[in-house]
Amino acid sequence: MMEAVAAIPPFESFYVEHRDAVFGFLARRLGRSAAEDAFQETFLRALRAYARLEHGRHLRAWIFTIAARVAIDAARRKPGDAVPLDEEPVTEDSQPAYLELEHLAEELPPAERAAVVLRYGYDLPYAEIGAALGSSEDAARQAASSGIRRLRRKEGLA
Amino acid sequence: MKVTAELDRRFRDAAAAAGDLDVGYDLVDTPVGELFVGATPAGLCRIAYDPEPERIVDSLARSVGVRVLRAPRSVDETRRQLDEYFAHRRRQFDLPIDLRVAEGFPRRVLDELALVPYGELTTYGELARRADHPRAARAVGTIMNRNPIPIVLPCHRVVGASGSLTGYGGGLERKEALLKLEGAL
Repeated sequence: MMEAVAAIPPFESFYVEHRDAVFGFLARRLGRSAAEDAFQETFLRALRAYARLEHGRHLRAWIFTIAARVAIDAARRKPGDAVPLDEEPVTEDSQPAYLELEHLAEELPPAERAAVVLRYGYDLPYAEIGAALGSSEDAARQAASSGIRRLRRKEGLA
Repeated sequence: MKVTAELDRRFRDAAAAAGDLDVGYDLVDTPVGELFVGATPAGLCRIAYDPEPERIVDSLARSVGVRVLRAPRSVDETRRQLDEYFAHRRRQFDLPIDLRVAEGFPRRVLDELALVPYGELTTYGELARRADHPRAARAVGTIMNRNPIPIVLPCHRVVGASGSLTGYGGGLERKEALLKLEGAL
């Protein structure tokens, strides 16, 4: 039944299902102690936005894009404590890569959108994206590349 | 990587403090068994005997809102007052109540029920009269059976016209135990 698949679960089930994976991801990005604050921030942001969700599909990808953004904020705030991220090219009049991509990718199918944003916006390795999307490394690579092809066609760049 | 119990607790406390939960709940141990206790930011909304938390959480998510989280801090005050009640140190609960799920006649009956004093008995018929539907004793029985907040809304103090205990959503043994605790039996 479509309706049952797409129903938004109570926050308790959502949190219990994803907390360990999200914490693992943040710990790898930020180190264990910085990850604790980032973990709390990630799920508090999710909680605030949760009432506005329109369906319950792709919640794992959704929470990982929140976690990835929190990790970037945390790494910026405390550069000394954080595992360094790749350079993010930010000029005065351009948005950070992930914001621009999230906007561009809005119309992609959700799995492709998440793969594109996590790969090219947040620079996550495919294995991590596969874990985030509940699929494999290969599936994540495929979703990202077909998302990129679709974006190029849309933007007339093919 | 497993989230530690302490980090888990910290998040649940922060979520309760942030005020963004539709319902925060916990399981509370009492002499009449484990209770599910849930509260919205407006007040206590649910107490359940023999809880199957998942089922109650699902039903609260549908009736109140999807942001339902086990957050012990949300029900600290209720837990404290229940402890006092069972230790004979409290005769009246002083808690905000959120009865948004009850409307119309059931709501009127529950409002009247809240006024039945500690240690006193009333009847289904009397409660129906007080809610302006003197012939609705049977409907009042059903409403008592579905009372969303037993103990605090004292449906255990409502008995049959003959004085028999009749029935109780949590089982007659508990009704008897509560009335004995209050010195009504």
